[in-house]
Amino acid sequence: MRRFLAWLAAPLAAQLAAAAAAAAPIAYKAPPETAVLAPGPNSEVAQAYCSACHSADYITTQPRKLAQPAAFWTGEVAKMKKAYGARLPEEESKKIIAYLAGTYAK
Amino acid sequence: MASMNRREVGWAVASLGLGGVALPALAGEGTAVLPFENGERPLVRYPQKRALLRLTTRPPQLETPFSVFDEGPLTPADAFYVRYHLAETPPDVDPATFRLEVKGHVERPLSLSLAQLQSLPPQEIIAVNQCSGNSRGFFDPRVAGGQAGNGMMGNARWTGVSLKAVLDKAGVKAGAVQARFDGLDGPVDPATPDFAKALDIDHARDGEVMLAWAMNGRPLPILNGYPLRLVVPGWYGTYWVKHLNEITVLDAPLDNFWMTTAYRIPDNDCHCVAPGTTAAKTVPIGRYDVRSFITNPADGTRLSAGRPLALRGIAFDGGSGIARVKVSADDGATWVEATLGPDLGRYSFRPWSARLRLSPGRHVLKVQAVSRSGETQPAAPSWNPAGYMRNVIESVIVDAA
Repeated sequence: MRRFLAWLAAPLAAQLAAAAAAAAPIAYKAPPETAVLAPGPNSEVAQAYCSACHSADYITTQPRKLAQPAAFWTGEVAKMKKAYGARLPEEESKKIIAYLAGTYAK
Repeated sequence: MASMNRREVGWAVASLGLGGVALPALAGEGTAVLPFENGERPLVRYPQKRALLRLTTRPPQLETPFSVFDEGPLTPADAFYVRYHLAETPPDVDPATFRLEVKGHVERPLSLSLAQLQSLPPQEIIAVNQCSGNSRGFFDPRVAGGQAGNGMMGNARWTGVSLKAVLDKAGVKAGAVQARFDGLDGPVDPATPDFAKALDIDHARDGEVMLAWAMNGRPLPILNGYPLRLVVPGWYGTYWVKHLNEITVLDAPLDNFWMTTAYRIPDNDCHCVAPGTTAAKTVPIGRYDVRSFITNPADGTRLSAGRPLALRGIAFDGGSGIARVKVSADDGATWVEATLGPDLGRYSFRPWSARLRLSPGRHVLKVQAVSRSGETQPAAPSWNPAGYMRNVIESVIVDAA
């Protein structure tokens, strides 16, 4: 806390100079993408369509043990199509919903 | 993304070999477990960051370990949470070529360099940034979306210039109703709506909304919006647009997915509905509701009975400031007043502390804050379909022996 209070008292100009100091371009390298979809029927369909826009952990971190997993994943796939513009043919949508509801229900 | 700067971003890539700063990524450092079903998260170090809980990789969402909030009222930049919507995140930014465009319903469209922005009268504020979906993982029944614990929030000292000063420089025309904010990040697929948000023009010109280039006295980390982000004190993080490079003054309300479909809450006093139902009418999310947390002791701690326990934590609200904090050691049956710590401004975390002596056995510790505007936290959680604005009275369970 003492250090924090000392910093609060530092002249604004000095803080601003420190803040403006970075002149070189900044680039960053993200850590590797390690999350993968669990094996299961049609996992390759989900992999092909879903991974175009986001990593697998967007799926794997969603709640499990849902009362109605099919309704949950039907809603999510519909959101990807309607809100985010995913070009998912009807046949593939059904396969992906069946895979997700079957694989990530327990 | 605002398309103008993509070429400049590309140029930054080319210049990297000539004195650019490439920030390495480091390997993982174990896992953390959030206290809800499917709550296991890898701890991963990203550039300019300490090990954080990784919720998602592409686009990145990183959660602050809750123990950080016990370190002090300001959240260190390297521990500050990260949340993106779209996976075309800028891999690099060149501050020399970066420009903020101000256009639309204005007298004088502007293209401002960082140096030009930094020559305007500087302004600072200590303010909390909290994700709308902070604590979503605790919703019961569970809801879809980023499954956050309580660490999608942080409190920082932001340095920049008031948005009002920049809008005045451009000269807002009569009939303006909103300002639209867009950053360098954008969608992978052009069919996905670009992430852009809007504030009403009076809010944008209130003198408190800021364009910030620094947090806690240092340039913004790239994952928190380098080189410039919007700061909207008291309002949910969705409005704090990162890598901000385009402001468009509008003469009609912004009609996009991120304003008219996403980030909306039930239009009633509790912003809630019966679990499992939807709201008949919704409004855009706005100010934070009041919250408070115990940062010490941590949940599950074993303590010595009869010895004084230094209970401490933080409280905040949407900008009225914290009036009172009270704590309970018996699951809410009786309460005692906590002592408020230094007041760092009405938008900041307010530290608080209390001393308790616990008898042997298990204790449910609780904390409840009251804002200066008279709002308080409910004893039972309210529910909404998107999992926003959780502010139930928090509990920590400890064993004294």
